[in-house]
Amino acid sequence: MAQPLVKKDDDRDDEMDFSPFYGIEKGAVLQEARVFNDPQLDPRRCSQVITKLLYLLNQGESFTKVEATEVFFAVTKLFQSKDVGLRRMVYLMIKDLSPSADEVIIVTSSLMKDMNSRTDMYRANAIRVLCRITDGTLLTQIERYLKQAIVDKNPVVASAALVSGIHLLQTNPEIVKRWSNEVQEAVQSRAALVQFHALGLLHQIRQNDRLAVSKLVTSLTRGSVRSPLAQCLLIRYTSQVIRESGMNNQTGERPFYDYLDGCLRHKAEMVIFEAARAITELNGVTARELTPAITVLQLFLSSSKPVLRFAAVRTLNKVAMTHPLAVTNCNIDMESLISDQNRSIATLAITTLLKTGNESSVDRLMKQITNFMSDIADEFKIVVVEAIRSLCLKFPLKYRSLMNFLSNILREEGGFDYKKAIVDSIVILIRDIPDAKESGLLHLCEFIEDCEFTYLSTQILHFLGNEGPKTSDPSKYIRYIYNRVILENATVRAAAVSTLAKFGAMVDSLKPRIFVLLKRCLFDNDDEVRDRATLYLNTLGGDGTVVETDSEAKEFLFGSFDVPLGNMETSLKNYEPSEEPFDINAVPKEVKSQPLAEKKAPGKKPTGLGAPPSAPTSAADAYEKTLLSIPEFASFGKLFKSSAPVELTEAETEYAVTVIKHIFSNHVVFQYNCTNTIPEQLLENVIVVVDSSEAEEFAEVASKPLRSLPYDTPGQTYVAFEKPEGVTAVGKFSNVLRFIVKEVDPSTGEAEDDGVEDEYQLEDLEVVAADYILKVGVSNFRNAWESMGPDCERVDEYGLGPRENLAEAVNAVINLLGLQPCEGTEVVPNNSRSHTCLLSGVYIGNVKVLVRLSVGIDAQKEVAMKLAVRSEDESVSEAIHEIVASG
Amino acid sequence: MSAYSLSREAVPTVKNILLLDSEGKRVAVKYYTDEWPTNAAKLAFEKSIFTKTQKTNARTEAEIAMLENNIIVYRFVQDLHFFVTGGDEENELILATVLQGFFDAVTLLLRNNVEQKEALENLDLILLCLDEIVDGGMILETDGSIIAGKVATHSMDDGAPLSEQTISQALATAREHLTRSLLR
Repeated sequence: MAQPLVKKDDDRDDEMDFSPFYGIEKGAVLQEARVFNDPQLDPRRCSQVITKLLYLLNQGESFTKVEATEVFFAVTKLFQSKDVGLRRMVYLMIKDLSPSADEVIIVTSSLMKDMNSRTDMYRANAIRVLCRITDGTLLTQIERYLKQAIVDKNPVVASAALVSGIHLLQTNPEIVKRWSNEVQEAVQSRAALVQFHALGLLHQIRQNDRLAVSKLVTSLTRGSVRSPLAQCLLIRYTSQVIRESGMNNQTGERPFYDYLDGCLRHKAEMVIFEAARAITELNGVTARELTPAITVLQLFLSSSKPVLRFAAVRTLNKVAMTHPLAVTNCNIDMESLISDQNRSIATLAITTLLKTGNESSVDRLMKQITNFMSDIADEFKIVVVEAIRSLCLKFPLKYRSLMNFLSNILREEGGFDYKKAIVDSIVILIRDIPDAKESGLLHLCEFIEDCEFTYLSTQILHFLGNEGPKTSDPSKYIRYIYNRVILENATVRAAAVSTLAKFGAMVDSLKPRIFVLLKRCLFDNDDEVRDRATLYLNTLGGDGTVVETDSEAKEFLFGSFDVPLGNMETSLKNYEPSEEPFDINAVPKEVKSQPLAEKKAPGKKPTGLGAPPSAPTSAADAYEKTLLSIPEFASFGKLFKSSAPVELTEAETEYAVTVIKHIFSNHVVFQYNCTNTIPEQLLENVIVVVDSSEAEEFAEVASKPLRSLPYDTPGQTYVAFEKPEGVTAVGKFSNVLRFIVKEVDPSTGEAEDDGVEDEYQLEDLEVVAADYILKVGVSNFRNAWESMGPDCERVDEYGLGPRENLAEAVNAVINLLGLQPCEGTEVVPNNSRSHTCLLSGVYIGNVKVLVRLSVGIDAQKEVAMKLAVRSEDESVSEAIHEIVASG
Repeated sequence: MSAYSLSREAVPTVKNILLLDSEGKRVAVKYYTDEWPTNAAKLAFEKSIFTKTQKTNARTEAEIAMLENNIIVYRFVQDLHFFVTGGDEENELILATVLQGFFDAVTLLLRNNVEQKEALENLDLILLCLDEIVDGGMILETDGSIIAGKVATHSMDDGAPLSEQTISQALATAREHLTRSLLR
């Protein structure tokens, strides 16, 4: 794009000579400001000096306190002049100097005089200046004038007072609230902007009074609001009222919807758009309500104004997240926007299309996007890549074309964030779509052949080490990895050595070859690379010395590092070099909070390379290790499931206790995480006394007290129960925390010798059926369902009674069963009458379970459910039904 | 929309108005929020907004972009770049109206001579113009000719009340003032 009037650099200098501010200098201007003190004021000259001062401030120059005060006092002298132009500059200057309270007093009387002047312009400006610089005490003095000004017949004066009121409401609400009669009157003003400002202020005064807001909206939506801006405000307030009032239950009509709908035919585009947006954001909006709003937005899509197109496509993009079907009508218009000059519009159009597209349109869409990708900035590309990732998860069968697309763009130029987004996406696809694994890994291998980002290379090598050995032909990856050892920098080389070692550990047939490669690395010129090579050769037995057992080597290579890094760092810093080697087992394993368990709770989120490939299992691994390291529990066998922490105390009580339920095949262990929040106390011999009288099938077998619980250092105590094998025993347990409390002198931190025994009541804890079921998703539910076969299928129907809506019913069943919803079917579209939800999981004893849950709701809100369960074991299918029947 | 529950969000707000030259340097800027607390932060924002929009063609119609969760509408004329910024929940068309008002008022005040040199020579008018469009983030007036009219009453000695002036009168005064300022 040629910019005809952009001056070239070489004539920039003489152009600068033309600037009235060329060579301007603060000191000189401050000198010039002395003219303000002249007995004979020259208004024009004074205006010029003020302009220069304002110019300096505008350019980011700052005045020292002394300079500012001096200028301020000089400027106040200018109130003597009757020149209107100069007076306006004085107003500006005072606002920009933002004088301190004691300085304000100097100008107050002059400004109050102007506030009562015959000249409207003086009145309006003086009000704005005074309200800007005033504090509460002064406000009471001028309140009377402000109330008058609000109903002034001059709109400029009224607006000035009203807008000042909006600002003052933040600092002096009690004063401004007294003006509501005047403001109410101003709402009826014939001047468009006065009405707008008055409406804004009136709403803010009344915003905590729902009834008043509702009345205001009711009366105004009937009357005529003149200015488009005021109309926009009214639409916002109306949607607020709609949100708070909810549906008119009987008729299903939404109050005020007609008003919003009417605004769609307003003559100002601003109002039409505000109304359309308000409709799309209504809670539980129906398809019928949406249609007129979508229609006007669709018209905007082909507007000649970029702002209009942008506003429309951005709103439709949001609608597409919740109501993709409603937006499909606009798809043709959207496709033409892909070539829009404005790349923000084009990107929004693409991502909307990706959300609304169906399986059959994917290929065509990808072709269009390929052309588009080459000429947009990285930030837009990242948005597109993320949209493609979610599309691929939605249509797993289309992984081939989407994976190809990702690998193509991976080869093109791009910055780090962009490449990282692509690599993350590929990693997520590999993890969630098993079929995509081999091709995805190869794409990643090709990428690291020519990757300029060390971080990405090392992350990919790490991922490759975990996933590569499990593929059908691991040997083909070796070449790519060893190439890194030859060609890359030390960091990547070291990562590649570790990856090679992992292949060696997992694939016996490759071992001899890996040894050869690792031995070559012994001559690397970097310490870390050599050290790693030596270490791995040793571990895997490649140097012919004592060979550790295979499982130990694997544990060493793949095991999660269960010592918190923070603690490890402190311990290493404290370690003094001596004969005694550093003992990693001595590093405390207590973490301040329980990050592993907490991260697990909010469901799985694709986090890409940053997160360990399987966060939930590694958390369980960590638990298992800790538990089995306690002698009392060592014989319990394999840990089946650990629940998310359940709080047994209210927040901010003396002692905070959460419990984690660990389920073994015939034992249950409760892990109580206790925190002492009283600095003056030290707790000793902490134990939870559990009463299992309401849980008949459980028998307490062991407990492990916590020896000492100092202030703010979490500790764990355990209680173990035996239960019959293979039975999903449920029950309720009441808990009492028992301990010896010792006073601590806060100044010295020393505890007294004598303690007192004490108890603390905790909330009850329940073991429920869901505790015996692991959430494990399947990527292709249908395949899994069909391969399971109907042999062990059990189908039954249930009435769930009246429910608010289907979403609530579905959630209740999911929570009851503790299964993993698949393919996003846990989301129930608003107002739908029937829904099918797919669930999968693993039942205790490692039995796979799949559930098809169909629910329907009738006019009386009665919910009926059909539950079809397939599993590898008939009794398990029945057990699932029993859970539902008894829940 | 939790944003609406905040009282300030209910009324449309403008975060800043910028008038930059063809190299991204300030001609006149006005910020209405503390989002950019220091001058350095302001300059950084201006730089990124300028770089982001530099290559676009915003000469016939106002254009729009998003930056750091803000919506920016902008328009270029000769060597002047006009920007208006609002939050990402703001109605884009309201921001565009503010931009249009600013742009029209400046065009009138500079008598169609919308360029950097002229703008700097009449910086007082530009600053007054900014002052009349938005007050502390609240939109005061969006009609370019009314804004220009208010600014141009500037050197009337004791003008007739504004309400009694028609727009054409206001513009006549504007023109008169400008001729006078040319002759000085």
